[in-house]
Amino acid sequence: MDLQNLNPSSLKSRFTARFLRALTEINAPKTISSSSPREIFQRYRRIKVAADKSMAYSVRSRRIWSRATLWRLRTRSRSRRLVSFGRRASVKTRTTASHGKENKEHHGAVLGVQAEELRELVPGGEAMDLCNLLDETAHYIKCLTTQVQVMRTIANLYSIE
Amino acid sequence: MSSRRSGSRQSGASRITDDQIADLVSKLQRLIPELRGRRSDKVNASKVLQETCNYIRNLHREVEGLSDRLSQLLASTDTDNEQAAILRSLLM
Repeated sequence: MDLQNLNPSSLKSRFTARFLRALTEINAPKTISSSSPREIFQRYRRIKVAADKSMAYSVRSRRIWSRATLWRLRTRSRSRRLVSFGRRASVKTRTTASHGKENKEHHGAVLGVQAEELRELVPGGEAMDLCNLLDETAHYIKCLTTQVQVMRTIANLYSIE
Repeated sequence: MSSRRSGSRQSGASRITDDQIADLVSKLQRLIPELRGRRSDKVNASKVLQETCNYIRNLHREVEGLSDRLSQLLASTDTDNEQAAILRSLLM
């Protein structure tokens, strides 16, 4: 990855800066047992959430999938703070579901099962018509590959002694 | 980066053409390493979507694996705050 020529306002830069900041916060509290398996798992969760969140924020809610991700993360953190009675906060945006269904039946039938599978993989996919789904998927993939690239580079840098 | 909006944003009068779908599908095909080299008329849309799902799942797994790796690394290094600062200064 060519670090020197990064455009400061590029998606990659914005994501990297946010993610690094989050990593520093996650790593800040140094307790004696900072290497216990439970701590490592909690750190893993926080890192993964930070990565997804950083990318979604870096896209600046210009996309359905990024808005859905941010919404999902917000509802999840809110429900965790409340005493939960085992209720899973997996509420999906259904406001445009009925509209999406009309177009789904027309073109979705052609690509049937695969489109359904894709809807589950792309955040907010359930409510998208096929056109949006394909368009959002392309953008989502680009962002995911950037995310993976940066995470891998950071991990490699941390691996250097 | 083009932010092409499909005409299907309005309720009711959404005329998504097959051409639009075909364009979007071939755009996706170019992003999938598995299918990138093949000619678009030889790969049907169903296959593209199938491979897209597989590719996204792989990417999700990579994110999980890297998060795991990072959590181990953060636990073991002492100078990570310095390293993070160095990394950030390289990028600004």
